[in-house]
Amino acid sequence: MSLVNFTTREITCKIVYYGPGRSGKTTNLHYIYGRVPDSRRGRMVSLATQTDRTLFFDFLPIDLGQISGFSTRFQLYTVPGQVYYNATRRLVLQGADGVVFVGDSQARQLDENLESLQNLQSNLLEHGVDIRTIPLVLQYNKQDLPRELILSPADLDDALNFRSLPSFSADALHGKGVFETLKGISELVLKKLAAGTAA
Amino acid sequence: MTSALNPKYSFDSFVVGAANRLAVTAGRTVAENPGSAYNPLFIYSGSGLGKTHLLMAVGHAAKKVAPALNIEYLTLDEYVEAFHAAIAAGQGDAFRRRFQNVDVLLVDDVQFLTNRKEMQSELLRLTEALQVGGHQMVLTSDRPPPDIADLDERLISRLSGGLVVDIGAPDYETRVAILRRKAEERGAKFEPGVLETVADAESGNVRELMGALNRLVAFQAVNDRSINAETAKQLLGIGAEAAPGDGGKGAAREGAAPAPRSGDEFGDFLADVTVTVGKAVEAWRARVGEAVLRWEGEGYRTRRLEALLERDTPAAVDQVITAFTQDVERLKELEAEVAELDPQAAGQSVFRDPERLGEAEVVAAKVRDGAAPPPGPSAAFPLGAYAVGPSNEVAASAARAVLKQPGKKYNPLVLVGKSGLGKTHLLNAIGLELARGKRAVVACLSTQAFVDELIAAIDGDRVDWWRARYRRATALLLDDIHLIAGKERTQEELFNLFNLLQDKERQLVFTAPAQPHTLPGLEERIASRLAGGLVAELKEPDREVKRAVLERMLGQHSASPDPALVDYLADRPADSVRGLVGELQRVVGAAAAQDGPLTAGLAREVLEGQAPRDSRRSAGFRTSGIVVSSLGGIKSREKMVWDWSDVADRVIEEFR
Repeated sequence: MSLVNFTTREITCKIVYYGPGRSGKTTNLHYIYGRVPDSRRGRMVSLATQTDRTLFFDFLPIDLGQISGFSTRFQLYTVPGQVYYNATRRLVLQGADGVVFVGDSQARQLDENLESLQNLQSNLLEHGVDIRTIPLVLQYNKQDLPRELILSPADLDDALNFRSLPSFSADALHGKGVFETLKGISELVLKKLAAGTAA
Repeated sequence: MTSALNPKYSFDSFVVGAANRLAVTAGRTVAENPGSAYNPLFIYSGSGLGKTHLLMAVGHAAKKVAPALNIEYLTLDEYVEAFHAAIAAGQGDAFRRRFQNVDVLLVDDVQFLTNRKEMQSELLRLTEALQVGGHQMVLTSDRPPPDIADLDERLISRLSGGLVVDIGAPDYETRVAILRRKAEERGAKFEPGVLETVADAESGNVRELMGALNRLVAFQAVNDRSINAETAKQLLGIGAEAAPGDGGKGAAREGAAPAPRSGDEFGDFLADVTVTVGKAVEAWRARVGEAVLRWEGEGYRTRRLEALLERDTPAAVDQVITAFTQDVERLKELEAEVAELDPQAAGQSVFRDPERLGEAEVVAAKVRDGAAPPPGPSAAFPLGAYAVGPSNEVAASAARAVLKQPGKKYNPLVLVGKSGLGKTHLLNAIGLELARGKRAVVACLSTQAFVDELIAAIDGDRVDWWRARYRRATALLLDDIHLIAGKERTQEELFNLFNLLQDKERQLVFTAPAQPHTLPGLEERIASRLAGGLVAELKEPDREVKRAVLERMLGQHSASPDPALVDYLADRPADSVRGLVGELQRVVGAAAAQDGPLTAGLAREVLEGQAPRDSRRSAGFRTSGIVVSSLGGIKSREKMVWDWSDVADRVIEEFR
C-alpha cells in the first residue's frame, strides 16, 4: 500500500488497533471520534453485537487536511478481539501501516495479552510482514482500575514489551493516554514513510 | 557530504539576550577575522538553545565579509561518514587535504566523539593542521570539552585552547522577543498577552518554545478564531495540571463529551503530525518522488533515485536528479539511434536502465559498427570528369536539376543507354555530389550488389537491419537496374523502399540499358514507377564528347597531347565512350612498346591495321560494365568481385 502518493499529493495512514477482547480498542476510537471536529471526521462505522462487542470491525476515517501540501488522511481500524474472529482480524490487518496493541492491564488478563500479541505476530507474517519492521506501539489500558487488580506499566513492559517499543499507559474510557498513543504510532508511521517512500 | 548553510540561520534572525551575548559576540568576531581571534571557538549549550543557528550564522557572516572564503559546515556525524567513505574508497589523503584547505570549518555536535578513537585522532590532526595554516574552526557541543566522555586529553586541550563559551537558557524577555520574531516570520498574529503567556511557561529551551508557538499557530489555523491568553494557557496545559480522570464515568462511551483533558487534543495531535510530516516530506523527497514516478512511468529503472529516498539527508539531491535525467536522455538518444540502425536491437532492456548506461553505450557502439552505411558512390567518377556534349545533354542537365533539387524535380531519374556510354559514371557523379550534403547518406551500388546484400541479410536473419540501413539513405542510386529481373524478393523490397524514399522526397537514380517497360523480367509496378520520373537517354557519343574524353585521358598521359591525334581519334566512328577509350589504349600501348611519342600517325598505323599488334593486353578487361584501365583513369570498386565481401565469403564457404 502506498503511504505517500506524490502524484496525487496524498498521505494515507492505515492504523489498526489490535489486542485481546475487551481491552478497549473500540473505546480508543470512540474517544478520538469525540475529539475530532465534525468537519474532519467521517462516519464512524461500528458493527457491534447486542452486547456491544465488536463483531466485524470499527472504522474511523480522519481527515487532517493539507499538511506540507499533502492531503493527509488517517484511517483507524479496530479488530474484533475474541479468539474465534481470527479471519476478520487478518483481513483488517492487511495493508496496515501501523499497529497499536491495546493491552488489558488487569493481572488476570496477562495471558490473553500474550496470546493476542502472538496472534498479531502470526497474522502479520501471513501478510508477509515482520512484526519487527512494522511501526508498533503498546498501550496499557485500564490503568484507572484499582491497583490490586492491575499490573503496573513497568510490569507490563517486562511481560509484553520485550522489543522496547514505545508504550503508553492509558485510561481510554476517560481519554487518558489515547491521543498520546495515537501520536506515538503516527510518529513512527510517518517516520517510516520518510525512510522509504517510493514503495 | 556537507550540509548547506541554512539561509534562515543568520545573525539577523538570532535574538540576542543576556544568556547568549558572549557567544554571539565571539561568533561575530570570529566571522569578521577568521583564524586570528579565537581559534578554535567552542560553543556549548543545552539542546535547543541555538548552537546550530549561531554556527551557521558565523558561516554566513564570514561569507559576507569575504565571499572567496572556503566555508564548510557539517555535523560530526557527517564528518565521520565522509571520513569512512573516503577511507573505503582509498581516498584518505584526498579527504584530509580537502578539509585542510577549508578556511572556516564549522562542526556541529562534537559531543558524538565519545568512543570514536580513530575520529578523535583524525580531528586532532585536522585541528593542528588548520591552526598551523591559520584556518578558523568553530565547534559546538552540548557540553564543554572536558565533559565529553572518553575524549583524548590532547584533543581536550586543543579544543579548549581557543575560546569556550556557553549559551544559557533565555530569560523571560528574550523568550518573548524570540516568540514575537518567530510569530512575525510565520505571519501569525496573536492577541496581546498570548505570547507573554507562552514565554511565562518557563521553558528553558527555545525549540520547545517553538513547539508551543506551532501549536498555537495550528490551533488558530484550524479553528479560524484567534486565541486569547486564557485559551493559550489551556492549550499549552500551563497551570492546568489539574487531576485528570474525574470527568464522570460512562460519559465517554457515547463519545459525545468525554472528560475534559488538556484543551484541544485533536489540535494538539494535528500540530504534532504537521511537524512530523513536515520533517518527513521534505521538499527534496517530493522532488525525488516526482522524478521516480515520471521515469518509472516512461519505463525506466529508477534504482538510483530510490536509493536517495532511503537515506536521511543525502547531499546534492538535485545534482543526482539532473545526472539521472541526463543519463536517461542519453539512453533515449542511443535507443533512437539504434532503432534506426537495427530495430531488433533497440528493444533491449539495457536501454531502460540508467545504471547500465555503459552497457548501453557498448551495445550501441556494436550496432553502429555493424551498421556500416550502405555502399556509397565511387570516388573515381567525379562530375567534373564527365564529358558533356549534345549526345548526352539531356541526361547531364537532368543530373544537374537533380543535384539542385534532390528528390523534388525528377524522382526517380532513370539513365538509359547502351553499354559504355557513361551511365555508371554519371550515376556515381550524381552520388558523389549528393554525398557532399550535410548528413547525406548516399547509397550507390550496382543492382547485383544490392541483390547479394539482401540474400546475405536473409541468410543471416537480419533483414530488418538491412532494410533500416537503406531506409536511412537520403538517396538511392542503383546501377544496372535490369539485373533485378526475376529476383522477386528484391523487387518486393525495392518496391517498398522506393515508395518510402519517394514519399520522403529522397532522390532515386537508376541506370538501365533500355526503356523500363522494355526490360524483361521487371514487374510492372517497378517498371511503371521507374518510368514515372524522368527517363533520360544517353546516345552514342558525339564529337564533342569524344574530344573531351580524349583530351582528359591524354592529359593524364602527357602535358600537351597532339591535336592531330585528338582530331583523328575523335573523327573515327565509335559507338561508345568505352570503345573510344579502348582504341586510345591500344595506341598508348603501342607507343609504350615502341617507346615512341603518341602521334596521329602511330594511331592510324595501330587502328587501321598496318602496324604489328602489341602482344600485351592493353585494353583492360571488363568486369560488370566498366574498363579497368591500365592508365588508372577509370576504376569501379563496386564492380570488382573481391570487393563484394559477402559474395567472396560465400564463395569461399561453398568452396569448402
